[in-house]
Amino acid sequence: MPDLLIELFSEEIPARMQAKAREDLKKLVTDGLVEAGLTYRGAQAFSTPRRLTLAIEALTAESRAVREERKGPATTAPEAALQGFLRSTGLTLDQLEVRDAGKGQAYFAVIEKPGRKAAEIIAEVLEATIRTFPWPKSMRWGSGTLRWVRPLHSILCLLTDDHGSEVVELNIDGIASGDTTRGHRFLSPDSFAVTGFDDYAAKLKRAHVILSSEDRAEHIWHDATNMAFASGLEVVEDKGLLTEVAGLVEWPVVLMGKIDDDFLGLPPEVLQTSMKEHQKFFSCRNPKTGRIEGFITVANNATADHGATILKGNQKVLSARLSDAKFFWENDLRTVDQVGMEGMAAGLANVTFHNKLGSQADRIGRIEALAREIAPLVGAAPDLAAEAARVAKADLQSAMVGEFPELQGTMGVYYARAAGLPEAVANACKAHYQPLGPSDDVPTEPVSVAVALADKIDTLTGFWAIDEKPTGSKDPFALRRAALGVIRLVLMGDLRCNLADLLEHGLDLNVVATAKAGHLGKRQRLKSNFNGVEGEGETLTRFVAFNNGKMIWMPDTEDSVREAWVGGKLVRVRTPSSFEMVKDYEGEEAVAPAGSIAGDLLSFFHDRLKVHLKDQGIRHDVIDACLAMPGNDDLTLLVKRAEALAAFLKTDDGENLLQGFKRANNILTQAEEKDGVEYSFGADPKFAEDATERTLFDALDAAEAAIAPAMKSEDFTAAMSAMAALRAPMDAFFEAVQVNTDNAVVRRNRLNLLSRIRAICLSVADLNRIEG
Amino acid sequence: MNTTAPRSFQEIILRLQSYWAAQGCAVLQPYDMEVGAGTFHPATTLRALGSRPWAAAYVQPSRRPTDGRYGENPNRLQHYYQYQVLIKPSPANLQDLYLGSLAAIGIDAGLHDIRFVEDDWESPTLGAWGLGWEVWCDGMEVSQFTYFQQVGGHDCKPVSGELTYGLERLAMYVLGIDHVMEMPFNDPDAPIALKYGDIFRQTEQEYSRWNFDQADTEMLLKHFEDAEAECERILAAQPEDKAGRRIVMAHPAYDQCIKASHLFNLLDARGVISVTERQAYIGRVRALAKKCADAFVTTEAGGGVAA
Repeated sequence: MPDLLIELFSEEIPARMQAKAREDLKKLVTDGLVEAGLTYRGAQAFSTPRRLTLAIEALTAESRAVREERKGPATTAPEAALQGFLRSTGLTLDQLEVRDAGKGQAYFAVIEKPGRKAAEIIAEVLEATIRTFPWPKSMRWGSGTLRWVRPLHSILCLLTDDHGSEVVELNIDGIASGDTTRGHRFLSPDSFAVTGFDDYAAKLKRAHVILSSEDRAEHIWHDATNMAFASGLEVVEDKGLLTEVAGLVEWPVVLMGKIDDDFLGLPPEVLQTSMKEHQKFFSCRNPKTGRIEGFITVANNATADHGATILKGNQKVLSARLSDAKFFWENDLRTVDQVGMEGMAAGLANVTFHNKLGSQADRIGRIEALAREIAPLVGAAPDLAAEAARVAKADLQSAMVGEFPELQGTMGVYYARAAGLPEAVANACKAHYQPLGPSDDVPTEPVSVAVALADKIDTLTGFWAIDEKPTGSKDPFALRRAALGVIRLVLMGDLRCNLADLLEHGLDLNVVATAKAGHLGKRQRLKSNFNGVEGEGETLTRFVAFNNGKMIWMPDTEDSVREAWVGGKLVRVRTPSSFEMVKDYEGEEAVAPAGSIAGDLLSFFHDRLKVHLKDQGIRHDVIDACLAMPGNDDLTLLVKRAEALAAFLKTDDGENLLQGFKRANNILTQAEEKDGVEYSFGADPKFAEDATERTLFDALDAAEAAIAPAMKSEDFTAAMSAMAALRAPMDAFFEAVQVNTDNAVVRRNRLNLLSRIRAICLSVADLNRIEG
Repeated sequence: MNTTAPRSFQEIILRLQSYWAAQGCAVLQPYDMEVGAGTFHPATTLRALGSRPWAAAYVQPSRRPTDGRYGENPNRLQHYYQYQVLIKPSPANLQDLYLGSLAAIGIDAGLHDIRFVEDDWESPTLGAWGLGWEVWCDGMEVSQFTYFQQVGGHDCKPVSGELTYGLERLAMYVLGIDHVMEMPFNDPDAPIALKYGDIFRQTEQEYSRWNFDQADTEMLLKHFEDAEAECERILAAQPEDKAGRRIVMAHPAYDQCIKASHLFNLLDARGVISVTERQAYIGRVRALAKKCADAFVTTEAGGGVAA
């Protein structure tokens, strides 16, 4: 069975696109071949900056012939039926057979599709692949209409078997397939012919091209670590950079240089970022001092002077870049020295955060207020948390972050230390952004935690206030990430707080911000009832801010609002805290206030929490059972309950108790519906007829006595094991006793007994919501 | 080919001129208006449009008022030179031709590390974009290499290949100079040897002061509006002149578009354009560029009329 080799040779393919292009080439070609009836043993795709290559092993030489028989109309059928059959089969009348079909004679079509040669199929599939290749961005060149990522120069397409190799003929917009390729652009520019994959890979290597990107990456890493080691340094690992660099070279030549002493005082993150972003250099660290002292650059050329010229050039460019970085660093330090961190942050008043939510400085003010409120909950000093909030984003105004946005936070820590601020405040500059994703570290220092929570709660309540919630896959402000951040901060820190109160506070602040932003020139008219900002007139002075029906802000100017439209009603404001309805808005029906924004945001948190807990193996119905309980905005408590319940339901006792509860509940619910009364009180042991009934009374007494204090101390495990003790008495009771007996007194007593069971179980979690 | 190393800024320019002349390009002179980059020259912007073949190379003095540093920064200038090559349709060996030009100015590909690193080009003011690379020599960007896909909102058919060399930076690298003002402009052994700074230090100071502090912003704003209005008026005129000849005035209109673009840059340098206004101004210039492109493609040079 032949092997197939395809190479698409072009001008330089962007490094970031190569990995996906390899996969796409492999998938499109192999899928196409299989669909056309060929099979193969294996396929491997490769890429270099100038080529995409696919090697398919043991392809079938031709597709199998297919014979298909179709029964047509009876010979006596009308002409139209026959014509239809001919059209659908593509045959003529003399090609049909007439056979006996039981009830008289009928036409039969025998369609034979002969097997097709692999070469024919490959040519079709490859052409379709090239013409429809899913490049993220593609282009035309010259006078042609073909699109590729950059100009495509040649197509190698070769079938090889024991008898030799054969070019698969195809011609796409003037590019004819062949059996030749080229080596390295500078080191081996000539073209050469190949006979199959092994020959191809071997000749490429001689022509200074390492075909596999993994091999190139390995080669780079090997040489880089060796060179660094020889100088007593270690290479800072960066997988993304390694992949990118491997996609920029066909013949990697690793060179190492030293960083000028002038620049060794720069923070390591600055050196690393500047070298990586501008020049795609690896950083080399001195393991003893942690300083970045050297760099690794990877050239695509082996030169007579062993890279001396290349290294010198790179070193020069690096020096220019690092001089810039040093200039920024020294400038920023001078600023901090002269005006402090808060002085550096001053300019944020002129930076818009969002046109409906005011400036960055406004936002920082809100974060400060929230951080103060949160501080006592997390064990931080309120003044310290407030100070951290004020300076945490100051570095956005630094020259360094202006140049390297990815250093936000990191620079803040350095500058805050330089300004002599407490370590806890400095650390919050970086940590308050965290966690940045589901796998990022969660800050633990109380001041950092307070600001991190405040930052995220402000973001969420802000975008909720202006109704910019995530929809479907669209989440431009990363609000899901922010909510998960809050959840992880609360859970990791074992924090006890009523999230709803914090959300309400954040909303107050943000609704005021929207009012003020509106005041500054943008007209707002949020239609949600009693939420948001309402006003009228072009002068925009008549604005008030409401949150959930409560007026929380009014302009303090002389002729400030005295009347405003709120939720379809004209409101006359008496004092900042009281108002009255005057009349309907243009006769529209006044709508009662809907659910609050904070309530909606809390359910968003609950949804994120479900996703988070599901990842940790807790079923959604278990979470629902706990969400239905009071205090569900205390996430720590909620999770504690859910974990206990999940563990409980995994035990035999738990599973059986659940069945017992459901049985009790069913009987009770049916009886209540039938009788139209609620059985909820007065079960008396004196009406017990059976021993199991009396035992159950005793068990319930014991369980209640144990569960109440356990719940009070939030020991859900203890509460549930007390509940578990009900299992055996319940089972025995149902075994021995019929609840719905003819004796009305006994029946009522038993139903009231079941009601006790229900009440006890529901005090732990809403077991009705558990499935199964 | 001259294999000795060039010794001055002008020698590098002269070698590029003769190299591209030898490749068959028409060596044009700079456009006589203030532009931000060589791309604005009608020999690129307009000639990239339409079906007629084209090959031109030229030096273009370029002005970026916000980049002025009073002649003190080793690399930044408010007035500098670009070398621009535009060939339509882009030849299959354009990369090789380009590498040949580097060899012509003394960059030996055997000794250096020359790389084509992804960099897609877009000009929001011209409504133009293309795909290509920035070319690195030993880690330094020495040229921009672009296959034009669209200009003025029109698809480029055929596609032009555009090469842009930042001449000062490239020359400083080739000549081994650290501060642009120290670069020999003419032969360093000439009886009157002139350095870049001898010619441009004072002008950099003068223009930096004018650009940043003195330019009359009200006048500039008015000029901007005037240029915009004139551009639109020219294009709105009847295609037939008083003698009944069909003469679409695409180039005079485009001059006004270039003017508006430069005036916007000056206003930007004076810091009177807010972030939100910026986009609106860029959009206004783009609208002019698109109208000019629409007009040009109806002309003979634009392939809209048989020659």
